[in-house]
Amino acid sequence: MSLQDFWDVFVLGVVLGSLYAVIAIGYTLVYGVLQLLNFAHSEVFMSGGFGGLIVLTVVVPAADPSGIQSAGYVLLGMLAGAALGGGVAYGLERVAYRPLRRRGAPRLVFLITAIGASFFIYNLAGKIFGRNASRMPSMYENKTLFTLFGAPINVTQALVVVSAVLMLILVDFVVNRTKLGSGIRAVAQDPEVASLMGVNIDKVVSRTFVLGGLMGGVAGFLYGTTTQVWYTMGFLPGITAFAAAVLGGIGNVRGAMLGGMVLGVVEAMTVEIWGDAWRYVGAFAVLVAVLMFRPTGILGERVARTA
Amino acid sequence: MSTQLTKDGAAQGSSAAPALLELRELHVFYGAIEALKGVELSVAEGEVVALLGANGAGKSTTLKTASGMLKPRSGEVLLRGERVDGIPSHELVRFGIGHVPEGRRVFARMSVVENLQMGAYRLRRPDPADMDRVFTLFPRLAERRKQLAGTLSGGEQQMLAIGRALMGKPELLLLDEPSMGLAPLIVQQIFDILREINEQGTTLLLVEQNASQALQLADRGYVLETGAVVMSDDASELLTHPRVRAAYLGEAAE
Repeated sequence: MSLQDFWDVFVLGVVLGSLYAVIAIGYTLVYGVLQLLNFAHSEVFMSGGFGGLIVLTVVVPAADPSGIQSAGYVLLGMLAGAALGGGVAYGLERVAYRPLRRRGAPRLVFLITAIGASFFIYNLAGKIFGRNASRMPSMYENKTLFTLFGAPINVTQALVVVSAVLMLILVDFVVNRTKLGSGIRAVAQDPEVASLMGVNIDKVVSRTFVLGGLMGGVAGFLYGTTTQVWYTMGFLPGITAFAAAVLGGIGNVRGAMLGGMVLGVVEAMTVEIWGDAWRYVGAFAVLVAVLMFRPTGILGERVARTA
Repeated sequence: MSTQLTKDGAAQGSSAAPALLELRELHVFYGAIEALKGVELSVAEGEVVALLGANGAGKSTTLKTASGMLKPRSGEVLLRGERVDGIPSHELVRFGIGHVPEGRRVFARMSVVENLQMGAYRLRRPDPADMDRVFTLFPRLAERRKQLAGTLSGGEQQMLAIGRALMGKPELLLLDEPSMGLAPLIVQQIFDILREINEQGTTLLLVEQNASQALQLADRGYVLETGAVVMSDDASELLTHPRVRAAYLGEAAE
């Protein structure tokens, strides 16, 4: 691989990795507050793709849009993705998980419910929207914007990375600097004591799902823009992002970001070197290797949960 | 077994105003196991009340029921005469209850300051003076304000747990075994500060294994055995009572 190839592939990896990072946040936040592996998060992501697709199909005309219109369409697509993603995440918590929490169900039941909810949602989407993949209407002309180390960066790639980075900064701010964030962190560490401080656990859990859902939804829209939108589109990115969350140290927001980037770049490199058939092998080999030496993930907590 | 020795606790504070905290006929269950079998207890404003008893007697359960962490199957929890049982703990803090849980349970991955801020979570506008007050009571915490709580010593964590509860401006502070696992010197410090907190106007309900320390601080005390109150009296009376001395001060009394 020449140096130029390296940079080209690196750019692809960063684009993919920033999406994984955003999705991984959804897994890690929910895991933090509930110790739940919310496998249905991949369907939250998928819903975001359809949210953007539906709205833009209605709004975007066939003619080439002007620059300002393009920006408007992109923004609208993100909002639609966020709205549907956040809505599905909210509904998921209310309908599937909260009743289990009320009854103090064992953790295995949560896991099975998550898997069941995932199957239910993507099959429902397949039933409603059909089994074929749909292309996002063209919101802008996807030309090359600039080159970085000789690697051309097109509009979509710039859009994905910039919006992902903005979302990561935003969520980092919310978790570390706002009242909701302190509620989330307190519930993650000791829900019982958090409620003694006046934290309404139900509210915090619900908002955590929505926060993860908003971002997962936008990621779904962005992913749909880079490829297409279809009812099982959430599966592989979802699994990979989940692996990214584990790699970074599940429960740790910055770890999820790091894990996502690492897996994205490793995946792109693997495809370049060994071909597309090996796509997920490299990334998951890295995951296994890292976990062998650091079972808590790269930035995982070593402090005991409670005294 | 149940020799109600002298004064009933409720009778003591019984002028016109209702007691700050009153527990009536509390029955609390963990599944099929009855942990509290009709506990009756009252705490008047400004008092320090100690709750003594062996392991498993129901002391922590009593505190948890008072702060809304557990729901009684029957019986009443009254704050200033108002029934509050069934109100979840995150809402009950608004009634002025602070609970320092057993084992301290500070937020290990948050700094000292963040822990204190969590204590003020219920307040819309936290008062900066509250944190100054905590740092005045516990100068050790001021020195370690940026340190992660998980890296503090046991005594410092206990101070932090108490400080955190004070940040919510409680009228009634429930303390579950504040001396547990601490060196005697630190225990003495903690109890001195508890006295100071009480003198500043906070009512204390204290669960303790260290009966002699607790009774020296307390105005009154209750003794719990297997989920029921078997004695209640002035702390000074309990300190000299032969049965209390034998059962709870055996090792502490020199």
